[in-house]
Amino acid sequence: MRLRTTTSRQKSRRYPGLVVGAVAVLALTACTGSAEDAANDDNDSSSDAAPAAAAGSNDESGDTVTIGFSAPAADHGWMAAITNNVRDLADQYDDLDLQIAEGTNDVNLQISQVETFINDGVDAIVLLPFDGAAMTPVALKAMEAGIPVINVDREFDDPNAARVTVLGDNYGMGVSAGQYVCEQADGNTDAVVAEIAGIDSLPLTQDRSQGFEDALAECGLDVDARQAAEFTVESGEEVASNLLQAEKKIDFLWNHDDDQGVGVLAAIESAGRDEFTMIGGAGSANAMREIQDGSGVLKATVIYPSTQGADGVKLARLLVQQKAMSDLVEVEVPREVQLFAPVVTADNVDQYIDSAFES
Amino acid sequence: MSEHSTTPGTGPDLTGVENTVGPTSDTVKVEQAAAESERTSHGGGLMSGAFGRNIGLVVALLVICVVGVATAGDRFASVDNLVTILRLASIVGVVSIGMTFVIISGGIDLSVGAIVALASVWASTYATQNMAEDTSWLVMVFVALAVGGACGLVNGVLIAYGNVVPFIMTLAMLASARGLAEIISERRTQIVRVEGFKDFWSADVLGIPLLVVIFALVAVAGWLLLNRTTFGRRTLAVGGNPEAARLAGINVKRHTTLVYVLVGVCCGLAALMYLARTSTGSSTHGTLLELDAIAAVVIGGTLLTGGRGTIVGTVFGVLIFSTLSNVFVLNNQDSSTQAVAKGLIIVVAVLLQQRLARRSVST
Repeated sequence: MRLRTTTSRQKSRRYPGLVVGAVAVLALTACTGSAEDAANDDNDSSSDAAPAAAAGSNDESGDTVTIGFSAPAADHGWMAAITNNVRDLADQYDDLDLQIAEGTNDVNLQISQVETFINDGVDAIVLLPFDGAAMTPVALKAMEAGIPVINVDREFDDPNAARVTVLGDNYGMGVSAGQYVCEQADGNTDAVVAEIAGIDSLPLTQDRSQGFEDALAECGLDVDARQAAEFTVESGEEVASNLLQAEKKIDFLWNHDDDQGVGVLAAIESAGRDEFTMIGGAGSANAMREIQDGSGVLKATVIYPSTQGADGVKLARLLVQQKAMSDLVEVEVPREVQLFAPVVTADNVDQYIDSAFES
Repeated sequence: MSEHSTTPGTGPDLTGVENTVGPTSDTVKVEQAAAESERTSHGGGLMSGAFGRNIGLVVALLVICVVGVATAGDRFASVDNLVTILRLASIVGVVSIGMTFVIISGGIDLSVGAIVALASVWASTYATQNMAEDTSWLVMVFVALAVGGACGLVNGVLIAYGNVVPFIMTLAMLASARGLAEIISERRTQIVRVEGFKDFWSADVLGIPLLVVIFALVAVAGWLLLNRTTFGRRTLAVGGNPEAARLAGINVKRHTTLVYVLVGVCCGLAALMYLARTSTGSSTHGTLLELDAIAAVVIGGTLLTGGRGTIVGTVFGVLIFSTLSNVFVLNNQDSSTQAVAKGLIIVVAVLLQQRLARRSVST
């Protein structure tokens, strides 16, 4: 039985490798799709810079601290801002030696990044996990190796895996948006309220919607129409088009995320609708410019701070230098810090626009 | 392991027969034409050419290691760091070994990442874990391998007997397997709570993490399967020229099916390794794993058109990628630069292989 192929055929195929190489290049670079966005963000990073905290003894230079930072891929304006804010912060402190690992949505790779930090014996690790539960084992390993882990935004499933946890307030975002709607409705319990959520199965989306519902209930309102998008511009446009088609008259619309909000606004524009008040979420710079301008439907947005990573790094620095948060009486860095979710309107937008992120 | 033994040797020229299993896109035809014309300009032995390819890989890996040592010193050249690199490589490695067989047979599998996700989710549902707690953690192992194998079987049967082009079939599997994983898990991360499973899979064997040992065993098994068994020779024959393989008495359809089952089982194994490494099953596991695996296989010198390829090359390809990403982390490079550099290195590695291969062919 002849099961052999030919000599000539085999050695003749040399060029495919090159073509494939080129394709692989495209593919690999495409994986970090938002590289450009991130670069753009850098250019106008003055607006992105983490707000400089009031100078105090804590900001005085101390022993050099090596911190490993790892976050998911910057495939979303908010996530890109997380890492950019961390970089900007590192420039502000000369005692901060920051190691930033490649942004990745592959937990296998992110675990290996943290392992590298452990091997390196960094002083602290600041970790925004792609998936909190999946990163728990390696975080535990770091803690066991005596390296404090600062968990940002997405929680581990074991409290022992982190020394400090920095969280946004998803439920609070919903509450803030709901309270703003109540305020604007001013006792009108017939107001039609619509909601465009983010990825529906994520706990954070469920928390946001729950908060919104609870706050609305306080003033006798409820959500009349609710659709879920996927945090992307395309999905925002698609879902909003359908929603506007279905609901001929809306009074209030809360959109969970300003990145997908770009698409939502495009859909509103093409439908020629302007009878309602829209509230955004996350707090991107273009949403704030829209609010500042005041001529569109977007009148407010609820902030989900993109400075969480930078806050994590600051706390890690204090922790390693054995300082405390100077505005607290407590002599240790707290176990958990939950950030506030304020409502930004035309009245206070100037206060927030400088720390907003570009989507 | 010698490269020489992986070459299938010489035989009658059958290049004229159109490949009916592999991708038949225009690009492939162009590539074949280009390769045809090149063949006429170079004589020489295939052995040396194939040898040259692996030399290129060794050089590429060495260069990366030299850069690693030069820029990170002891931080790179330490046992702990080596283990970190190998652990990172192990999951992609296992999938890439399976992928090597598929590509050699003239096919492609874009669904590996999705199958890994589905198998990891299925093996960590409440039902599976409850059963595992009542009986043995081997239940989870069985479920993962069975789910992987079953997905591969569906791919294989529809490709071989349904005549669906592999690219399209596995694209469909990519979408549906990940979708099914999302449905089963409700897009939540499922935590592994079976202690027996965790204890076994996180263990070390003589100081080497089990995941690395598994990768090594799979690589050796893959090498033996490709080079020392009828199955391997048939895979090469089917990929080189399915019509000739059929005339030579090989059941090409059945063999193609088996190759997809093989990669499916590898995916099931990779899913178990994800469960061990992350202690979770999730529909997001293995995202873009197919690209990493295909890139590693191709860098390793396996032809996308099928008929030729080596396990050793694939192992090198995997190690090159994981070492690269390790060196990047050690050097604190930002992700955008890394992506560009990674791409450049792929091109350079392939070019280098070609040059070395050509030189050794012409001398």
